[in-house]
Amino acid sequence: MSQAGEDRYWKRTSGLMWTMMALWLFFSFIVHFFVNSLNSFSILGFPFGFYMAAQGSLLAFVIMLFIYARRQDRIDREEGVAEED
Amino acid sequence: MAKPASGGGDFISNLGKIYTYYTGGFFGFVIILGILEQFGVPNRWIGYGFVFLTIAVYAVIGILSRTSEVGEYYVAGRKVPSFYNGMATGADWMSGASFVGMAGTLFLLGYDGLAFVLGWTGGYVLVAILIAPFLRKFGAYTVPDFFSERYGGGTARMFAVIVLISCSFTYVVAQIFATGLIASRFLDMDFTVAVYAGLIGILLCSMLGGMKAVTWTQVAQYIVLIVAYLTPIIILSAKKFGIPVPQLTYGQAIQEIISLEASMVQKGLATAAGLKPHIKPFTTYDPLNYFALIFCLMVGTASLPHILMRYFTTPSVRDARSSVAWSLFFIFLLYFSAPAYAAFSKLEVYTLINNGTALADLPQWIYTYGKIGLVKICGADASVVDAVIAACGKIANQGGLLRLQDLSINTDVIVLSTPEIAGMPYVIAGLVAAGGLAAALSTADGLLLAIANALSHDIYYKMINPNAPTATRLIVSRILLFFVAVLAAYVASTRPADILSMVAWAFSIAAAGIFPALVLGVWWKRANTAGCLAGMALGYGMCVYYLVGTRYFAVSFHEMWGWLSTATPAAQAKFVDLKAAWTAASGPAKDAAWVALDAHAQTIASWFGVRNISAALFGLPVGFVAIWVVSLLTPAPSEAVGRMVDATRRPAGAMIMQDKDASGAH
Repeated sequence: MSQAGEDRYWKRTSGLMWTMMALWLFFSFIVHFFVNSLNSFSILGFPFGFYMAAQGSLLAFVIMLFIYARRQDRIDREEGVAEED
Repeated sequence: MAKPASGGGDFISNLGKIYTYYTGGFFGFVIILGILEQFGVPNRWIGYGFVFLTIAVYAVIGILSRTSEVGEYYVAGRKVPSFYNGMATGADWMSGASFVGMAGTLFLLGYDGLAFVLGWTGGYVLVAILIAPFLRKFGAYTVPDFFSERYGGGTARMFAVIVLISCSFTYVVAQIFATGLIASRFLDMDFTVAVYAGLIGILLCSMLGGMKAVTWTQVAQYIVLIVAYLTPIIILSAKKFGIPVPQLTYGQAIQEIISLEASMVQKGLATAAGLKPHIKPFTTYDPLNYFALIFCLMVGTASLPHILMRYFTTPSVRDARSSVAWSLFFIFLLYFSAPAYAAFSKLEVYTLINNGTALADLPQWIYTYGKIGLVKICGADASVVDAVIAACGKIANQGGLLRLQDLSINTDVIVLSTPEIAGMPYVIAGLVAAGGLAAALSTADGLLLAIANALSHDIYYKMINPNAPTATRLIVSRILLFFVAVLAAYVASTRPADILSMVAWAFSIAAAGIFPALVLGVWWKRANTAGCLAGMALGYGMCVYYLVGTRYFAVSFHEMWGWLSTATPAAQAKFVDLKAAWTAASGPAKDAAWVALDAHAQTIASWFGVRNISAALFGLPVGFVAIWVVSLLTPAPSEAVGRMVDATRRPAGAMIMQDKDASGAH
């Protein structure tokens, strides 16, 4: 693989990495900074700030990882570095 | 069970069928035991039935998966489909403590306990994005393999082995301890006998087939543990709210808890100061410690070798990525249910208190667990009615009713007692015990394998005897596995209180020692050997210094670092007074004065008030900065290393370590 191709592949991979890390930062920490304000309303009986820590963020992590696996695979294929099926 | 021993494609392609039959068989088994219970078979026999039959099934899988090939032994032949590897990782990850204790922690701490739920799931995002696919491409057999190859040689490998063993060993002792505890509680076995019985179960699963056997037993164990965890709360939710989805209905339970909290305080059955409102944040941890704990648990998760090595077993890099997603999904199923357990139990207990229950009318489950010291009322074990009334009689103005401040429940009780509190048949309680056992055994298997592989592959084969033939390597692996397991069981049988509290430290140790060098090894080509060694030594050293200093040398730690402590002036003054009292005392009084001084020092010895469970908050940045600075001050790694990193980043192409190991394997 050419150096230019290598660089482009890594740039796109890193871009996806940083996007995912930003989402991770948001769902792990930032949203929970506001727990007290979020607790002022409820869904299905759950105060929302509590809900985010007990379920919301967890769901987000699971969904993020399936999306990540798919996106990264698309990058691999487009840049011609995917493994053979 | 069909035949994993054939090892080839027919087993792998029939996995769906095999585990569907297995799950069906397990349900059938539970139903048969339930019917036997209705016919009057004693509870004790039901308990034995669960424990022995499940362990026998795991052992059979372990024996059928025996192997004499190195690749099968270390990485299950790299043909575990991502879905099943996800289940195996779930069982590998969720320990006896997660299964039995997590809901109880949430019961006691309310919102603050969610730091564990968040930390132990969010870490997988780091695993998937920063680490696992690259390690899979690398083609290592163990995590230290990567360190050796990327950072040129034995010293980096040795460092990684040291970190690996120091975080895994305390952890495995705790798992074997949990196995003994569950078996002794449900089968009335002697604790020590139960520990060694658990040891046999663990060895049968792992010794003959290594990773291959552990993988297929862990899948079986995951199925048992998740069925066992979810069944009681699904029944409970259906009973109470008419919908068998506890994760949705416990919102109503929380609303009821909130109103009960107010009502109990109003009726004088709880004190406003003593009650921790369930949804109120930061009642136990301050925000700094809450977020520090989440952070350290997440990074620690992404550094624990027994988890990372599970992703060596997938057929491809692509599968490694989706496998982390499946792992998190299967882990999520348990962790997002734990808060429901906590809420349902709390609702039950608060309703009991709020109804103004007289001490003479307490329900049976209190005595069941009071007898074994897990429920205390008015400070004494709630063994019989008279003992409770006598203990409460000594408290002024107690009033004869059960009050919130009188009741203290061990965290293990919540999950174990839910079936009984909800009046379910004993067969469900037996099922829960089998689930807890599956959780403890599967984690112990994974940890033992990680330790034994580090000793046999990294130390013996790579450093002592690189020319060892395959047969010798496997024999050495099995002997080491056996001895490490026996040592761990021996330590567990001594009931080491310190080791059990040190388990939480494993996350910080792994995070500070392994994470920076691992991540930068892939993501920063300029990281070199000197940087790696400096980062590992300083990060790990800093972390251990903080852990050991604040726990075992709290007095001198506080004297040196008192200016960084967030202790109040009153607490500082108390320290000075206690110190003076200790200096002045002599004879036996001196020892007592020291105990008082040390206990107080442990509560205030800290940097910025950070609890020692989050020691990686200091170790991690030190590790990263050390790698960065030292790497830049020393020559860049060779071009060959640069090409190797490029190849690690690209999914296509051969694994990096494959050729050498292939030649070693034949």
